[in-house]
Amino acid sequence: MKKVRSSFKYVYLGLMLLFLYLPILYLIVFSFNEFSTGRRISYANLGKWKGFTFANYGRIFTGEAGSALILTLEIAVITSIVATVIGTAAAIGINSMKKRPRQLITSVSQLPMVNPDLVTGITFMMLFAFINGILVKMGMAQVNDFVKLLVAHISFSIPYVIFSVLPRLRQSSDMLYEAALDLGCTPLQALWKVVIPDIMPGISTGFIMALTMSLDDFVVSYFVSDLRSTLSVYIYSSARGAKGVNPALATVIFIPLVTLLLVVNLRRLKKEHEDEIQNRKVKMK
Amino acid sequence: MHRKVFAYPYIVWMILFIAAPMLFIFYYAVNVDGVWTFAKCWQTLSDPQKWRILWESVKMAFNTTALCLLLGYPIAYILSNMKKSVAGFISVLFFVPMWMNFVLRTYAWYAILEYALPDKISAAISGTEGAVLMVLVYNFIPFMVMPLYNCLTKLDRSLLEAAADLGANRFKTFTKVVLPLSVPGIVSGITMVFIPAITAFTVPALIGNGNYHLYGNEIELAFKQMSSAGDYSIGSTLSIILFALVIISTMIMNRVDGSNAEGGTLL
Repeated sequence: MKKVRSSFKYVYLGLMLLFLYLPILYLIVFSFNEFSTGRRISYANLGKWKGFTFANYGRIFTGEAGSALILTLEIAVITSIVATVIGTAAAIGINSMKKRPRQLITSVSQLPMVNPDLVTGITFMMLFAFINGILVKMGMAQVNDFVKLLVAHISFSIPYVIFSVLPRLRQSSDMLYEAALDLGCTPLQALWKVVIPDIMPGISTGFIMALTMSLDDFVVSYFVSDLRSTLSVYIYSSARGAKGVNPALATVIFIPLVTLLLVVNLRRLKKEHEDEIQNRKVKMK
Repeated sequence: MHRKVFAYPYIVWMILFIAAPMLFIFYYAVNVDGVWTFAKCWQTLSDPQKWRILWESVKMAFNTTALCLLLGYPIAYILSNMKKSVAGFISVLFFVPMWMNFVLRTYAWYAILEYALPDKISAAISGTEGAVLMVLVYNFIPFMVMPLYNCLTKLDRSLLEAAADLGANRFKTFTKVVLPLSVPGIVSGITMVFIPAITAFTVPALIGNGNYHLYGNEIELAFKQMSSAGDYSIGSTLSIILFALVIISTMIMNRVDGSNAEGGTLL
């Protein structure tokens, strides 16, 4: 009876994992399919196996897909660096504030996290429409897509950095900072040499969060940009078009992502495991 | 120099790009091409078609949330009862798809439903309401499993032993001990699924073959596809309704949850 029950559990988990991974595996399998007929390439018929080829991988980096991929990476890298710097500084500042202003700022910061992407996206769209309207009246150049995307991505990423760093700051003691000052550090030196190293795990988590949020975003980019497409926007518009989407994109996104997530999580799991052992030792004493 | 000053750049950024943009929803709802008017806003609000679509979307989001909970709870429960090292690894497998471009994954479902199934089955499923529901569940189930799993792993095992010692069988232990204690997880799972499901416009657009329309598509249409004047007004009005819905459901969830996390005092 017990054996039946436990094997049922594994079957259920297996089925759910299959459900989750089926579309990804489907795309990866078809990324090796031959799609060209004569000189034309159409990915629309994503279900008929016509032969094995690596050609689809060559095509990702050219044309529209290629420029979308580059734009996505550029935006993601700049966003995560800027968001991490502003967010970490903000967290340090917020942590040293009194209760009322601290609560006000953290509440407003939660807006982009609570709001549906759709609302965030259209608010940025309208903000830039308003700004561009004024700029046109003044006869100046409009804000271009790159800047719009960058501002929007940085804005929705910063809160994730702040809320990764804040818990770390709360755990660490204020004494360290004070001690550094007493020992002759300037405030900036104290931050750089004492506080920052102490909260580094929080900062790196925030950085990775910002990076993945930016890479993965579709809705906000879709509403904000007019002419240039990030990868998700490119995928959406070509999925709705007649040509279809190159399935090789799935592999190119999936493999680095899995690697990154597994590395981060396994590191965390290992740490938890060590903590557990540590706790047990402390308890035994 | 006080450390507070480090927050100043962010505070400026926050006011300009997080708080201020919210006001534009209200601005564009009542300002059509520079003229202040409630007419367009009122016209949208009194359109029964819009309310019908909103009701459809709420129903769809409700079904999605219910199915995610029904299918996701067992996953979280089984994982939480496993050995920690094994569970840690398997749970990562469950959360990986969450981070992979959901447009691409939705497109993959479209391809599977359209081309991979036998013609007869494909014709029966592809583009239907059921297909949209399935793909929505597919997209949101990790968001339900994650908070449930976090909540259930923190459950004190000795409570279960106590219940068993006091004569409760497995079923009773579950309904009387495990389930009530996992309410916070259920609540945050519901908040993570319900509102995003109302606003999801990609899934109906790609899976519904254009003949299935939800509230998010209505907003998308107002902003992205029409080029006539006053479309911002329609979209903004629709977004205000949506925003109100978000606030109401967040308040209800906070009430149910009881525990007020630090910082969440705005709503």
